Amino acid sequence: MAINYIYPEFEVVRNADRCTACRVCALQCANGVHTYADGVMISDERKCVACHRCVALCPTRALKIVKSDHTFRPNGNWSGQAIEEIYRQAETGGVLLSSMGNPTSLPVYWDKILINASQVTNPPIDPLREPMETRVFLGKKPNGMRRNPDGTLDTRMSPQLELKVPILFSAMSYGSISYNAHASLAQAAAELGTYYNTGEGGLHEDFYQYGANTIVQVASGRFGVHPDYLEAGAAIEIKMGQGAKPGIGGHLPGAKISEDVSETRMIPQGTDAISPAPHHDIYSIEDLRQLVYSLKEATAYRKPIIVKVAAVHNIAAIASGIARSGADVIAIDGFRGGTGAAPTRVRDNVGIPIELALAAVDQRLRDEGIRNEVSLVIGGSVRNSADVVKAVALGADAVYIGTSALIALGCHLCRSCQTGLCNWGIATQRPDLVKRLDPDVGRQRLVNLVSAWNHEIQELMGGMGINSIESMRGNRLMLRGVGLNQTELDIFGIKHAGA
Amino acid sequence: MVIDAKQYDFQALNEQIRAAEGDVTVENCMGHRFIAAGASGRTITINGVPGNALGCYLNCATVVVNGNAQDAVGDTMNDGRIVIHGDAGDAVGYAMRGGQIYVRGNVGYRAGIHMKAYKDKVPAVIIGGHAGSFLGEYQAGGIIIVLGIDCPDDRVIGEFCGTGVHGGRIFIRAHEIKRALPPQVRCEVATDEDLASVRDYIRQYETCFSRKIPDDGKRLFVLSPNSANPYKKMYAVN
Repeated sequence: MAINYIYPEFEVVRNADRCTACRVCALQCANGVHTYADGVMISDERKCVACHRCVALCPTRALKIVKSDHTFRPNGNWSGQAIEEIYRQAETGGVLLSSMGNPTSLPVYWDKILINASQVTNPPIDPLREPMETRVFLGKKPNGMRRNPDGTLDTRMSPQLELKVPILFSAMSYGSISYNAHASLAQAAAELGTYYNTGEGGLHEDFYQYGANTIVQVASGRFGVHPDYLEAGAAIEIKMGQGAKPGIGGHLPGAKISEDVSETRMIPQGTDAISPAPHHDIYSIEDLRQLVYSLKEATAYRKPIIVKVAAVHNIAAIASGIARSGADVIAIDGFRGGTGAAPTRVRDNVGIPIELALAAVDQRLRDEGIRNEVSLVIGGSVRNSADVVKAVALGADAVYIGTSALIALGCHLCRSCQTGLCNWGIATQRPDLVKRLDPDVGRQRLVNLVSAWNHEIQELMGGMGINSIESMRGNRLMLRGVGLNQTELDIFGIKHAGA
Repeated sequence: MVIDAKQYDFQALNEQIRAAEGDVTVENCMGHRFIAAGASGRTITINGVPGNALGCYLNCATVVVNGNAQDAVGDTMNDGRIVIHGDAGDAVGYAMRGGQIYVRGNVGYRAGIHMKAYKDKVPAVIIGGHAGSFLGEYQAGGIIIVLGIDCPDDRVIGEFCGTGVHGGRIFIRAHEIKRALPPQVRCEVATDEDLASVRDYIRQYETCFSRKIPDDGKRLFVLSPNSANPYKKMYAVN
């Protein structure tokens, strides 16, 4: 018999007193954990990813998933995970592949930054009574007044994106996520007055109707990019990098290339979709400028162009280059950003926290006098409305949310997207799984989430005595650090709490 | 309509072209970029040398260049036809989705990379002379033909031809394929069926440039992916 080096990570605990052997768990689990045999349910725990689908649907609450307490001999250096990863690679010779954002315990700086509130002077504002503006415009802003030759004001503006809330849904491709997940995001964006992002997989023809609330992405694989697609969106995003996997391209496993995905991407069904690491026509800022202008030319300068990059060591200098490339918006994705599949080592070790990247970029663009030339959108990961407020106070114009949006749709962060067996109907193309996500329910849950966050943002702004998000942007006096060293405080441009 | 490019920068020239009705001839073109970006339903003739990204995102328009072209001709082109009466630079037909590009002479590096296809939408790049390295990398569909006219076998393609291909075909006319090919690529002598599928393109080339394929004893080889999942085995689910 083959030796099994890896003990299952989770245990399926089934309360026999409650289980009626109704088999809902077996029907719901695409991983095949539960089976019915001789009048009882049995579990193959090796297949469990802790997605909780069976737990959530068990009518008698007979199930729970617990982390196994099976252990290696405790070792401060060699964790169980480190040992098991070696077993996996020794067995397969493969590059370790993971999904969703970096789960390691590296610092989360949002949690070390605190927000100010007014007390006696400059009193707080009651958002229930006073108007609180959270609308944002993304795009180049004029540096000064310009006049026409006849003396009248030149009121021409670069194209702008209007957001009713400072939150957009970040790029997740059709292919990596399902048709119903895209439908939920598109409809929610339209209802909220914001935007969702097609990701690099093209735009399904059914979703052209949401074009006014769509950002269409152009990545190195150029999947689904054609003039109608570029025209369909309100803005075009060039994807240079992704926070979860800076410096490498995308790889959508063949198992997720269904017929529809094949048509949208124009690649053979069932084969792997490869986005190479670089755009093969961009090897410099000058080349990036060429792609920016080719897209502007193709859309007659009517659409803002966003350039998305991953937060890496030299991000401030890179952003400065992008600002000079003609881009209207820079999107920066931090190292906690999600992904449908990324090599584990890249996801967990490459890139820097978005909080530091944002502060460094905003400061550099101000120092160089070009902050007005671009808007800044950040993501990866923004987990709640306080993170949004902190991001805006550090200099962001708006934030992208991806993982938070998926969680609203039912994602349980089991981090198994690459298998294409998402039991929640999100990261899968299997029709029986996709239909578990009802777009009407999904839309409502997303609208609820973002509306709730927007109310909280207004509350937090009101507390600071600020009634417009414009007055909060880059307002670092509203932030203080706790437990940060002087270098960190200097990069954030904030004082320590108490100072 | 005839537009003299000499007096315009690229932005002004392209605005003129967009504003013009019907067919356009551009005279004195000297490196103006993005000509015919996303254009459809017309013929644009260019006398001179257009700049980078000629006919990017082209949408069923015809572009004729009486001269050489620079980099990124037909980048992400969707449909239509580009004819270059000369040589073209790097990345010809990058991520092309449909239509045809005919180049009388040679092309630079990375031609036809990431070309795609779906059902009857099959793009084609036809090159009269030789192609540089990285030809057809990551190709997912479509047809690339390198005719190798007046070109020795060791020059007709460069290094790394077809790395990562997972669809489409590359045809190369030579006595022998002299360059080493990556493991993802299968190379065979074209069958009668293969020849029939590209005969039209070759005829079109001859018509476009009034140039006969010489009777020099060269054969047509066809390169295709030898696995549907070229990188699949590299990963271990963690």
